[in-house]
Amino acid sequence: MLPIDHVIGLSAVLFTIGTVGALTRRNLIVMLMSIELMLNAANLAFVGFNRIWAANPEGSALDGQIFVLMVVTVAAAEIAIGLGMVIALVRNRDSMNVEDHSVLKW
Amino acid sequence: MTIEVVLFYALAALAVFGALAMLLFVREVVASAMGLAVTMVSLAGIYLLLEAHLIAALQIIVYAGAILVLFLFVIMLFDPNNDDFDRADPPQIAIKVAGIAAALMLGVAIAGVVSAGLPDAGELPEGFGGFRDIGLQLFTAYVIPVEAAGLLLLAAMVGAVVLAKQRID
Repeated sequence: MLPIDHVIGLSAVLFTIGTVGALTRRNLIVMLMSIELMLNAANLAFVGFNRIWAANPEGSALDGQIFVLMVVTVAAAEIAIGLGMVIALVRNRDSMNVEDHSVLKW
Repeated sequence: MTIEVVLFYALAALAVFGALAMLLFVREVVASAMGLAVTMVSLAGIYLLLEAHLIAALQIIVYAGAILVLFLFVIMLFDPNNDDFDRADPPQIAIKVAGIAAALMLGVAIAGVVSAGLPDAGELPEGFGGFRDIGLQLFTAYVIPVEAAGLLLLAAMVGAVVLAKQRID
């Protein structure tokens, strides 16, 4: 039996690494990858908690895994749109550095 | 320690290693993508250990397959060596904010996990996590979210085509 609290701890570590990546890396594609990593960490937490509920003698539950399916859908949609935006931006300014795409910055 | 627990710690170490590789390969974007691939495949292994077989398969197919190939496709589309990636070091304020956010999140999460005292994962009922159970749930209790997800994917598809097709002036 896996220690579920360590699974949740791993999820927290991965989420933190993703946050640091999204905040510090200046490359559009790597920022998107960091956001993917954060979604993956959330999925891991969902599956870990679901493993506890699955063993509930009063009625096994699968809701955590179905949430993961929804998160995967959102991630796929996000990447399709995000990479489409990256292509449009890079075509327009010929740079993948976020500092060069700051026209909307306040 | 049983073999499962040993495998879990090995896969967890591999996942963290891949994530750190993604974060720290500043010059090589392809290496970053490969680090993310390592993390995703190790997560699929952990899902298998957690008896979530469908999720493990989907993790490989959708994340390690489709999404990573999409990333690599875009990286290759624009020659990554031509443009000096990350030419500016991250601004000091970004590093500070990231450090504070990371410390806060890790602290709160670990304190939460420790104080919650999660129960151990018990024995699973017979036949848990099969495709049949998840499929039944998806098309009975969760039929509206499934339809909404379909609509979202359609909208994303149309949006991606429109975005990638035309120039923004």
